[in-house]
Amino acid sequence: MADNFDALLNALPLILEGLIITLQLTVGGAILAMATAVVLGVLAQQDNILLRGFARVIIEFFRGTSLVVQLFWLFFVLPQFGLSFPAMAVGIAALGLNYGAYGAEIVRGSINSVPAGQWEATTALSLSKLQGMRRVIFPQAWALMIPSLSNLLVHLLKGTAIVSFITMADLTFRIDQLRVDTNTFFAYGVGLVLYFLIAYVLTLAMNALEARAKHKLGRGVSLPEALNLRSADTGVTSSTKEHV
Amino acid sequence: MNVVWEWDKAFEVLPVLLSGFFQVTLLVTVLSTVIAAVLGLVIAIVRRSAPRPIGRVVGFVVDFIRMTPIVVQLLFAYYAFLNVSPIVIGIAVFGIHYSTYMAEVYRAGIDSVPESQWEATTALSMSRYRIWTAVVVPQALRATAPALGNYAISMFKDTPFLLTIGVVEMVQAGLIFGGNNFKYLEAITIAGVIFLLASYPTSLLIGRLEKRLAFSN
Repeated sequence: MADNFDALLNALPLILEGLIITLQLTVGGAILAMATAVVLGVLAQQDNILLRGFARVIIEFFRGTSLVVQLFWLFFVLPQFGLSFPAMAVGIAALGLNYGAYGAEIVRGSINSVPAGQWEATTALSLSKLQGMRRVIFPQAWALMIPSLSNLLVHLLKGTAIVSFITMADLTFRIDQLRVDTNTFFAYGVGLVLYFLIAYVLTLAMNALEARAKHKLGRGVSLPEALNLRSADTGVTSSTKEHV
Repeated sequence: MNVVWEWDKAFEVLPVLLSGFFQVTLLVTVLSTVIAAVLGLVIAIVRRSAPRPIGRVVGFVVDFIRMTPIVVQLLFAYYAFLNVSPIVIGIAVFGIHYSTYMAEVYRAGIDSVPESQWEATTALSMSRYRIWTAVVVPQALRATAPALGNYAISMFKDTPFLLTIGVVEMVQAGLIFGGNNFKYLEAITIAGVIFLLASYPTSLLIGRLEKRLAFSN
């Protein structure tokens, strides 16, 4: 056991490097995904059939073809057209577009769940459509969408674990190296705990964001509740919505 | 470099991809879905009815599995059970990983059974077993069907992760073909199209089912 910890100590700098790559992919992917989700999500609930149709095609395309396929397409096929990008850029692009398409459905659904009276109120106050969206509708939708976005963020983190196949030395890659010097249970135990801790911190941060977003709408939730591990979204549509 | 779409390459790779699709991708999806659906229900019932400490331990393990990457879990199980065939490892890991999601779906479904139904089982002095099998689960399942279907589709699209443990599913078969022919365009594109053709109609069907169930409520 002591040998294992010695090996871990020796491998620590490399594991940290892997951790940083995983975090860069997660944060970069999340930023691109959020931008994609808001743009496509807003387009997908427009009245204009062209805008809506465009958004729907992009969303269904990126949701329907697997993340791994998209990643490999960008990494293996694009260079054959003479378009080579660094692996980090490819990783962030694939993660951001794939999870952004999922996020777009969340954004669209949340905007649709804001009561119609709120839109009518923006008209009554003669706000422009953009102002109404930015100042009235989106803040309310934002509070609704955070639990689902939180789940998506954890998905994205877990999705990064595939990038060693596009030559990136991420956390999973470094853990596999540690396995050689120690043993399977020790190395993967360390790896799983590290991933769990990242996911846990991300979930807590999202819960805090949700508490803040709700508080701004005058629906205060105490912070202890924000420290709950489980997010409310389960995807079940029924009368359960009132319970959660 | 002169890269264009070559139909003869496309027709050459198509059978390779389809055999990976039917022999591995679809097989793993179906078997893992069955495992996840059954195990998820067991987890949900244990968490609801077992004594508190046991429920909490199960809850933590479930959260831990759900919040860590399936790729790492696959590798872990692969090296821990080197004498077991990788495809069996894959089916088990996918089944267990997704059971943690399905357990949450069942939990919400069980919560959606009205309190009065539980009271009625008490009034009829039903046994614990009968309460679950005759009253709660049948009603809970109705609300959960679409969400379970969506997780099955997610799992389907996650199956290329199997290539981390050397299982030659559809995408890996395409990569091998691409590497041998120095041409990835047709193989990877067609693999993506097959995913889209299989998952999009299925998710439309699930969407319709969801609407019907919501309407009849």
